[in-house]
Amino acid sequence: MALIKAGKLVRDRWRFLADDESLPTEVSIVISLERWLREQSALLAWDAPLGIRLKAGQHPKAIAQHIERFALIALEFPKFTDGRPYSYARLVRQRYRYRGELRATGQVLRDQLLFMHRCGFDAFEIVDSDVLAAWCAAFAEISVFYQRAADRQPTVLELRHRRDPTGEGYTAPAQTKGTAA
Amino acid sequence: MYRYDDFDQRIIDERVSQFRDQVRRRLNGELSEEEFKPLRLMNGVYLQLHSYMLRIAIPYGVLSSRQLRTLAHIARRYDKGYGHFTTRQNIQFHWPKLAEVPDILAELAGVQMHAIQTSGNSFRNVTADHYAGVVANEIEDPRIYAEVIRQWSTLHPEFSFLPRKFKIAISGATRDRAAVKTHDIGLFIRKGDGDRIGFEVVVGGGQGRTPFIAKTIRKFLPEQDLLSYLEAIMRVYNEFGRRDNLFKARIKILVHELGIEKFTAMVEEEWADSRDYTATLPPDEIARIRTHFAPPAYESVATPVVGLEAKRFEDRDFARWVRHNIAAHRQPGYAIVNLSLKRIGETPGDATAEQMDAIALLADRYSLGEVRVTHEQNLVLPHVKQADLSALWQALARLDLATPNIGLATDIVACPGLDYCSLANARSIPIAQRIAQRLADLDRQELTRELRINISGCINACGHHHVGHIGILGVDKQGEEFYQLTLGGHAEEDASLGSIVGPAFSSDDIVGAVEGVIDTYLAERRGDERFIDTCRRVGLQPFKERLYGAH
Repeated sequence: MALIKAGKLVRDRWRFLADDESLPTEVSIVISLERWLREQSALLAWDAPLGIRLKAGQHPKAIAQHIERFALIALEFPKFTDGRPYSYARLVRQRYRYRGELRATGQVLRDQLLFMHRCGFDAFEIVDSDVLAAWCAAFAEISVFYQRAADRQPTVLELRHRRDPTGEGYTAPAQTKGTAA
Repeated sequence: MYRYDDFDQRIIDERVSQFRDQVRRRLNGELSEEEFKPLRLMNGVYLQLHSYMLRIAIPYGVLSSRQLRTLAHIARRYDKGYGHFTTRQNIQFHWPKLAEVPDILAELAGVQMHAIQTSGNSFRNVTADHYAGVVANEIEDPRIYAEVIRQWSTLHPEFSFLPRKFKIAISGATRDRAAVKTHDIGLFIRKGDGDRIGFEVVVGGGQGRTPFIAKTIRKFLPEQDLLSYLEAIMRVYNEFGRRDNLFKARIKILVHELGIEKFTAMVEEEWADSRDYTATLPPDEIARIRTHFAPPAYESVATPVVGLEAKRFEDRDFARWVRHNIAAHRQPGYAIVNLSLKRIGETPGDATAEQMDAIALLADRYSLGEVRVTHEQNLVLPHVKQADLSALWQALARLDLATPNIGLATDIVACPGLDYCSLANARSIPIAQRIAQRLADLDRQELTRELRINISGCINACGHHHVGHIGILGVDKQGEEFYQLTLGGHAEEDASLGSIVGPAFSSDDIVGAVEGVIDTYLAERRGDERFIDTCRRVGLQPFKERLYGAH
C-alpha cells in the first residue's frame, strides 16, 4: 500500500486503530465511526491528532458537528463502482467546510483519481506504487471541466466568461432561498 | 446546431487520448477485463455476442450532413458497411475491433461527436423531441437545455459511478415526442408567471423488468435552477439508490419504495442545503447556447405552394407519402420530412453507408445540411421547402427511404435482440420483419391509423415494449423463443404501461396473434378511433377472447 499526496509518494504517518485496541499515547491514529460514536467525549478531550475512516454507507453528517476535531477523514470505496464516497467528499468539503486531509481508501484505481480529486480528495491510498508517474499523469488527462466541484478549478463556464466578459455578465443571479415556485 | 468552442473540443480530444491509453493498457494486460469494463462502457464500448459494439451519442438527435458522412465513413472503414439507429437517438456499430475504437473516436471528435457515457452506470445521452425548433406549438426549443445538460453531465466527477444508468429526456412542445415519462428524469418545458421559462420535472420513469411511469416531483422549476436541482436529485439517488441488487438499482425503484412524497422531501432538503455551492446556470450561458439554435436562414415562400396540391392529386403514392411522412413546419412554405428506416422486410433502424451518404447529400440539397434521429428509429430532414417535396420524395424512393408508414403499423421499433445482443432471450429483428410483411398492405395500414408496435428481445426493454400500443417481449421457454404480448402501452404525455394479455406465443404464432389483435381492434372501434383509445375503452377482454378463445 502506498500513499499519494500532491503528486508524490509519501510515508503514511497515520495508523488505523482497531476498535478493540486501546488508545496509544504517541502516534496519529485513525478510528472507526463506531468508536467515535462510542467514545466521543473521551476522544474530544484527548489532544493527539485524530483521523476517522468512514465506510461507504456512513454519511459524513454523523461527524459534521465535530468535523474540525479530525486532521484526516478517510472515505472507503468498498468497490470502485460504488460512487457514494464522491458525494460524501463534496459534502465534507463544501457543506461541512473541512480543510484537513481527505483520503480515498479501499479500491482506488488510477482511472478514478481525477474524479476523486475533483470531489475534494487530496490523498489516495493506492496498491501499485511503482508506476507513480502513470498514476500522477491520470490527474492531467482531462484539463478542463464543465462542472463546479470541490477542487476550485475554474469551470468551462467561468473560462468562457473570462475570455468574453462583455456578455451579460457571468455573475450568477442572486438565489434567494424558497422563492422558487 | 450547437458548435463546439475550443473548451468543448479540448474535453472531447483529451477523452480520446485518455481512452487510447486505457485500450493500450487493456491490450497489453495492465488492465483486467473487470477493471477495463467500466472504462470502456463509459466510452460506449460493449462486449456483445460476436464482437465489441460501439454506441455513439447523437445528442438530442441532431446531426449535420458532415457528421452523417463521418458515420458513413466509419461504417465502411471500421465496420460492415451499416449502422443501427437506436431508440435513444444513438447509433451503434456492431463489428468494430477494440484496437481501432480509439481511431473511430478520433474521427468522431473531428466532427464534434463522441461516445462518452453511451453505456455504463452514469448519465446517458440526453434525448429530446426530434422536431425541436421546427414544429409549431413549441413553448421553447428543448435543444438549448438538452445541450446545457449534455455539458453538465459529461464526465461529472460526482455522478460517474451511479447505482445504475441514468437517462434524461426533454420536451418543449405541447405533444411529447420524446417519451419523457419513461425516463429516470423527464423535463417538460413550461411557462410560468411573466412568461419565464421553467420545467415540470418528473422522476422515476423507466422500462426494464419493473416499468414505471415517471411522477411529478416539481410542477415548475425556473430555468436558472435546473442544474442545481438536478444535482440534488442525483445526490439523493447516488446515496440511497440500491447497490445490492442490479435489478433494483434504478431510481424508479427508489422513488417507488420511498413514495414520491418522501423522495420529493429528501430532494428539496438536499437542494435547500446545496443549491448555492453546486451547479449554476447563468442567464448568459443559456443565451450563448440559445444563439446556436437560432432559426436558420429560411427563404420567404409564398403559400400555398404552387403545384403541391396538384401533384398530390395526380400521384396517389406521393399523396400517401405526404399524408404519413410529412409533418407541419412552423415556417410557412416548409415541411418536416420523415425518412422511414422501416422498409418492409428490413431491420428497423438500420442504415447502410450508402444510404447515410445519400441522405447527407439530400440534407445539403434540401434541408440546410441538417438531419434528425428519432427515438422511433427513423430519420428526419427538418427544413424542407414544400416546393422540393416531390423531387425529394423521388430521391428517397430510389434509396428505399420513402416507405409511407411513419406512425403506422409497420413503423415497428425493435431492439437488436438475440441476433447481436448477449442479454437477449429471443430474436427481435426477424419478428419485426415478419410482422411488417404480414401488415404491409398500405391501405390496411391507413385503416388502422396510428399504431405503435414495439419489440424487445428481453426484459431490459430496449425496444420499449411496455409503451408500445402492441408490445412484444421475447422470453425464453425451456430454450425456445416465445413472445409475450402486451396491449395498451403509450409513450406520450398521457403515458401508460401495457398489460399482458395472456400466455406467450411461439415464434410461429406471434405474427398471427398480432394480426388477431388488429382485427379485434377494427371490430371494436367506434368511428375512426385510434387503437390506443379503443384499447383503453374496451380493456383486454375482447382481445383475450379472440386470442385464447372462451376459456
